[in-house]
Amino acid sequence: MAQIASFVAGLVFGLGLLVSGMASPAKVLGFLDIAGRWDPSLALVMGGAVLVGLFAFRLAQRRPLSVLGLPMRLPEDRRTIDRRLVAGGLLFGAGWGLAGFCPGPALVALGTGSLQAVLFVVAMLAGMGLYELQTTLRARSTAVAPSR
Amino acid sequence: MTIDWTSFTPWTALAGGMLIGLAAGLFAVLNGRIAGISGVLGGLLRPVRGDLGWRAAFIGGLVLAPVAYALVAPVPLPVIGAGPGTLVLAGLLVGFGTRLGSGCTSGHGVCGMSRLSLRSLVATAAFMGAGFVTVFMVRHVLGA
Repeated sequence: MAQIASFVAGLVFGLGLLVSGMASPAKVLGFLDIAGRWDPSLALVMGGAVLVGLFAFRLAQRRPLSVLGLPMRLPEDRRTIDRRLVAGGLLFGAGWGLAGFCPGPALVALGTGSLQAVLFVVAMLAGMGLYELQTTLRARSTAVAPSR
Repeated sequence: MTIDWTSFTPWTALAGGMLIGLAAGLFAVLNGRIAGISGVLGGLLRPVRGDLGWRAAFIGGLVLAPVAYALVAPVPLPVIGAGPGTLVLAGLLVGFGTRLGSGCTSGHGVCGMSRLSLRSLVATAAFMGAGFVTVFMVRHVLGA
């Protein structure tokens, strides 16, 4: 049941990206190009999503268990602002601005059969893998280092 | 700033955005989780027992969205201007950055802002800001 709900959520999310035009990098870059001919569409996509999200997440946050009886896994921390958060955002934003792809649209573009999307997604997975590798190595080096 | 009125699509943007909000909200209410694409995908790389099915199903839904869309109307094909080298560099940055910053446009931008998370607001400002600067550099300084 949880799997079916996940599939439907992914499907509706993807349809939203297609309807809004955000599955296409050219449209996203039109928004990010504020000094050129600016396309404000993405702001309305965010606005529309948050408008619905405000209601839905209020409902969700009040529940001790999800409707399907699963534990609520919404992050408790809404305040911690650290270097990781900002540096990660900046790196991601730079990549987003270079190609016009963020993770969701790239996966939807994959489904349209775009070879360029395949290349991007493989590189994105490699980037995620590099992060995992880096955290593993870091955890190992602190575990081995003598305690002070 | 000049608004590109010919490209601006306010109604489909709003409708599509609401569908995205609906999907993320539905997921939180039904599954109790954040529909952050980078988080859902990233979790597949460090497999935990019993945690793979819903992740794969969510990603499957996203990838198959164009197939469902095609049942109703011709699928709008993505317009991708970046060359192979740029796509690889961008992909590496997006993959590493979203994991380091614990989220992307969906997790921080949509879900986090809907939850009135200050943390997500800062992350969204960071990636939006970096996106604006990068496009400015590429298009107006380097002139690519």
